[in-house]
Amino acid sequence: MISLAGRDILHAWPKFVLTGMGLGLLIGVTLSMAGVYRGMVDDAEALLTNSGADLWVVQKDTQGPYAESSSLRDDAVHGIEGMPGVALAANVTYLNMQVQRGSDEARAMVVGIEPGKPGSPAQLVAGRPLTRSHYEAVADVKTGFSMGDRIHIRRHDYEVVGLTQRMVSSGGDPMVFIPLKDAQEAQFLKDNDAIVNERARTSANPAFNRPGVPGLLDAAIASQTSSHSVNAVLVQVLGGYSPEQVAEPIRRWKHLEAYDRAVMEDILVAKLIATSAKQIGMFLVILAIVSAAIVAFIIYTMTMGKIREIAVLKLIGTSNATIASMILQQAMGLGLIGFFVGKLVATLWAPVFPKYVLLLQSDALRGLAVVMLICALASTLAIRIAIKVDPAEAIGG
Amino acid sequence: MKLTSPIKRRLLLAGLAVLLIGLFFFVMLRSGPLAPIKVTVAQVKQGSIAPELFGIGTVEARRNWMIGPTVAGRVLNVKVDVGDAVKAGQLLAEMDPVDIEQRLASLDAAIERARSTQAAAAAQQADAVARRALAVSTMSRNQDLADQHFISSGALESFTQTKASADAALDAARANATGAAQDLNRAKADRAALLQQRANVRLIAPSNGVVSARDAEPGSTVVAGQSVLRLIDPASLWVKLRVDQGRSGGLAQGLKARIVLRSQPQTSMPGTVARVELLGDSVTEERIAQLAFENAPVGMSVGEMAEATIQLPSMPQSLIVPAASIQRQGGTTGVWRMDAGKPVFAPVKPGVTSLDGQTQIIDGLKAGDEIVVYSQKPLSAGARLQVVDAVVAPAGAAGAAQ
Repeated sequence: MISLAGRDILHAWPKFVLTGMGLGLLIGVTLSMAGVYRGMVDDAEALLTNSGADLWVVQKDTQGPYAESSSLRDDAVHGIEGMPGVALAANVTYLNMQVQRGSDEARAMVVGIEPGKPGSPAQLVAGRPLTRSHYEAVADVKTGFSMGDRIHIRRHDYEVVGLTQRMVSSGGDPMVFIPLKDAQEAQFLKDNDAIVNERARTSANPAFNRPGVPGLLDAAIASQTSSHSVNAVLVQVLGGYSPEQVAEPIRRWKHLEAYDRAVMEDILVAKLIATSAKQIGMFLVILAIVSAAIVAFIIYTMTMGKIREIAVLKLIGTSNATIASMILQQAMGLGLIGFFVGKLVATLWAPVFPKYVLLLQSDALRGLAVVMLICALASTLAIRIAIKVDPAEAIGG
Repeated sequence: MKLTSPIKRRLLLAGLAVLLIGLFFFVMLRSGPLAPIKVTVAQVKQGSIAPELFGIGTVEARRNWMIGPTVAGRVLNVKVDVGDAVKAGQLLAEMDPVDIEQRLASLDAAIERARSTQAAAAAQQADAVARRALAVSTMSRNQDLADQHFISSGALESFTQTKASADAALDAARANATGAAQDLNRAKADRAALLQQRANVRLIAPSNGVVSARDAEPGSTVVAGQSVLRLIDPASLWVKLRVDQGRSGGLAQGLKARIVLRSQPQTSMPGTVARVELLGDSVTEERIAQLAFENAPVGMSVGEMAEATIQLPSMPQSLIVPAASIQRQGGTTGVWRMDAGKPVFAPVKPGVTSLDGQTQIIDGLKAGDEIVVYSQKPLSAGARLQVVDAVVAPAGAAGAAQ
């Protein structure tokens, strides 16, 4: 038995191939949009994974440190280190800011870390980890910095000694890691003018500048410039303990909030990026509907263009089933070409996006199933027309 | 022609399909999630690392003085200003002595008066001596007369009493003279004390130095303990260094250091650890050490920030790996060792890390083992790897490309 579909495709193959490729580009856009959505969620996941923590200890009654601001004293970590089930605990600060890169700026999240403890970058792509306790930085390649560059943050210059990849905030901003003490200073220290003004204000306050009490003013001023706060304490849990088991006494006795990975994911994915994710999701749905409609129209017009040939086939006694299978096969073939081209282009242009685009294999397989289903459904419309064709049209029309 | 044409077309289409599918799988395996992870590898080497400590600090004066009065008072005049070099013993400022001069005059008068009293007492004593001499001679003459019974014993007793009275009067006159001398001494001592007080209102430089602050101006009142002037010894400037407790192992007196002042970031100055303080800072979790300059640079300002790198004695030969290769996997520290092209997580016991990012390996690896240094993504056991020279383009190449 000869393949009617194959014959027909061979008859007008450039048209078929070009239509398939056009369809493929459309599917590529849809897959990319799904990738953008997945990328947003993955940014949040990457932030949690890269911090290497099992528990996030933050200020009581806040959902920090990512979704809300949180501030706790940097000596709280010692109390937490002593709690049962805690393997490692480390202070960490997060500060979103524009960092100077030569004459222009880069958006970055400046993270204050204690090198070697949770929160520090897990793997580097160049350079070395932080070894000095001051004025060194490890930057993500997305910031555009390279080894040996100097980053100016607030009052100090930091030398880039290492590079990382995929170290991003939940918003997709690349991270710059600096030693904790410098980060505390950058976050909480005011600029010089503000400090001088504050000193003058304190000196003018008779409560702090009393005659006959030498040293009181100095003490009052010194107490203003301390910066012993951090945003969160990252905790690694000992084997054999569940995170919740460790979190419960911290909440109860340390008067701090402790979140485990699942809750943190919920905060990030369901709360922090919810609106923008929904925005992308909405667009994805519309794009999928539009793609389905276009596939249906293409197959419909393809069939309508061959209506006379189908009438001839009917006239020579071809069965309806053969004609239907021809249209279905062609629709499926078109879908297959479209899918392969779409997946190919999506993979090719994904790295060019400024933010992370994550193309999941499961998404691709789901996409393939949906494309084939849409093609099959769209072909039924065309098949109905083809079956209704009057063989007389072959002569009359 | 009519026969071959469909075959040609069929071949062409089949070729296109194969090309598309081939390209598809090629791209999937090169750049998607299925692509091999790019890594760089290095060999575990024998070597010795030069451990160093890094800290930041401020320039401070080892010797500084706060010059002020010991009692509350008003500043009369200040003779030097900030930046003036002063010599030991130089008058720097004076406090208002208020009534010290008047009290001195009063004491001078008291001394004169005590001298007069002393002279009067001496005269009285001379009088008593004369009276006694008369009484003695009168008594001895009458004694002779009484022995020969020319006078009655009653008359003799009267002369004896006169002599005893003259003795007592002499004693009294002597005591008076001593008391007058003591009065004079007391008045002199009082005057000497007041002179000391007058000297104390003069603020004198205790040592050679430079005035670093002028805290009070003439006319202002200061309490005891408050400073009028502050002096520092510019030859004693050193760096008070703060070293993170976690990386302060090996910090000891006498170690060599390189000091970089913030005002001269390109110049590294030699120095030595002059003192390691016994008390650390428990709030900032830092140890404190003082670094002395070998040649103190001129024009250095107190309070200037400085960075210092202290060289520790070099370690014996051991296995070393780049610090970037050390990873943590579920609470275990280790490295990814290459085993027949596949990564295997090998737990290791790391030792010290040098400031340039070399880590000593105490246990877990042997020399010549190949380990993963940089990787694009987190690795898992048996992951597909692609070994490259550098995961990201080096800075020079990136700069050239821009």
